[in-house]
Amino acid sequence: MLTKRIIPCLDVKNGRVVKGTQFVNLRDAGDPVELGKRYSEEGADELVFLDITASNENRKTIFKVVKNVAKELDIPFTVGGGISGIEDVRKILLNGADKTSLNTAAVNNPEIITEISKKFGTQCVVIAIDAKRNYTLDENKLLIKTKEGLCWFEVYIMGGKVPTGIDALKWAEKVSRIGAGELLVTSIDRDGTKKGYDIELMKAIIDRVNIPVIASGGAGEPKHFLEAFAEANVDAALAASVFHYENYPIKVIKHYLKENGVNIRI
Amino acid sequence: MLTACIIDYNVGNLFSMKNALKKIGLKVEISSDPKTIMESNAVILPGVGNFGPASNNLAHLKDTIIDYVKHNRPLLGSCLGMQLLLNESEEGNGEGLKLIEGKVKKFGSNVKIPHMGWNNIIIENNNDILDGLNEKSYFYFVHSYYPVIKNSTQIVACTCHGIKFPSIVSKQNVYGCQFHPEKSGEDGLKILKNFARMAKK
Repeated sequence: MLTKRIIPCLDVKNGRVVKGTQFVNLRDAGDPVELGKRYSEEGADELVFLDITASNENRKTIFKVVKNVAKELDIPFTVGGGISGIEDVRKILLNGADKTSLNTAAVNNPEIITEISKKFGTQCVVIAIDAKRNYTLDENKLLIKTKEGLCWFEVYIMGGKVPTGIDALKWAEKVSRIGAGELLVTSIDRDGTKKGYDIELMKAIIDRVNIPVIASGGAGEPKHFLEAFAEANVDAALAASVFHYENYPIKVIKHYLKENGVNIRI
Repeated sequence: MLTACIIDYNVGNLFSMKNALKKIGLKVEISSDPKTIMESNAVILPGVGNFGPASNNLAHLKDTIIDYVKHNRPLLGSCLGMQLLLNESEEGNGEGLKLIEGKVKKFGSNVKIPHMGWNNIIIENNNDILDGLNEKSYFYFVHSYYPVIKNSTQIVACTCHGIKFPSIVSKQNVYGCQFHPEKSGEDGLKILKNFARMAKK
């Protein structure tokens, strides 16, 4: 039986792993090659690497970092952040990544999703959706009843800075139709808060697509992973700071999940 | 030092396969040169992508690969590379290598497609490729189509995703695995090590 996946994420800026809260207040969390190797050895099911370097000049060095991380891994490796076209995708794959994750480029030009999936296969197209709750009701949006009230989920781009007015649930349906192989859904509201994943968002997405969904944003302790798997039935759960600062090693979380009946690879 | 050749026919990323084979102590070449293929101790047919174009890209090397296999040296097809060992696929036109009798079908809509992630195996017929592995071994899969094998004695292990499908196959010196051994942690490296041992026999 297919296991649920635990995915550590490296947010990399200028060649270093950093972590912030709700996409700001970044602090240093280590060397991407060392962390990638450690996670792979500790039983991570996959590794995600998001380049959040701002300037184009510094971005050129990213391919080398990707290659150095890839050399240390014997698990699947996804790279995203700042990808603008099919040429970037090709370079990232050639440097050892298995999948690429796209957000801004896909929103600005959805055709790129089809183009990449035709050229390299749907399995390497991960669409990252950064979503934030919007309680301003709009009848054209898919309104979801949450504990905090009725809201819709809005897609943000440019590293969580720019709202797009796009409905995240409709966007998820669309991208899964036109070539996405997997969705990486991050709750901006929960990112770095350690309050747990936005289960209502994850459930709403899972109900609408038939491709694997990775939950992201908010994991702070083992029970948050359990909630994502048991309540929202996501396929994978991604986290960063909970692993970086050794609060909970991957093994501890995996054993906890197994004891609680989640099918997991130990 | 034993040499392994990863056949380069323009399908996907060969970086990790090369990396993994080097890790287990092989000298690795990525090549589409018939002479290099014929002179290798072990040959890997990798592959990510679509059966039709892949079959087309591989066309000029088919005779070489079949000839290589006749010399009784080991061949391992992984993922799409495994599917290309068979006759045909629902995914696209084009012929497989027909080294193992079988065809490739699409998963039904009752399951998530692609079948993506870590899954275990159910052993059907014992084989040296499984040394050190068992039914609690996990491997990384990414595929939307699955193999159907005509002769059940050639099925080494199966995996379940909605249906039970062959995930490791073998006919004498020809091996195929539907998962990515190079992406499957220690268990995957064991498959590659076991395969490399066949090269020594």
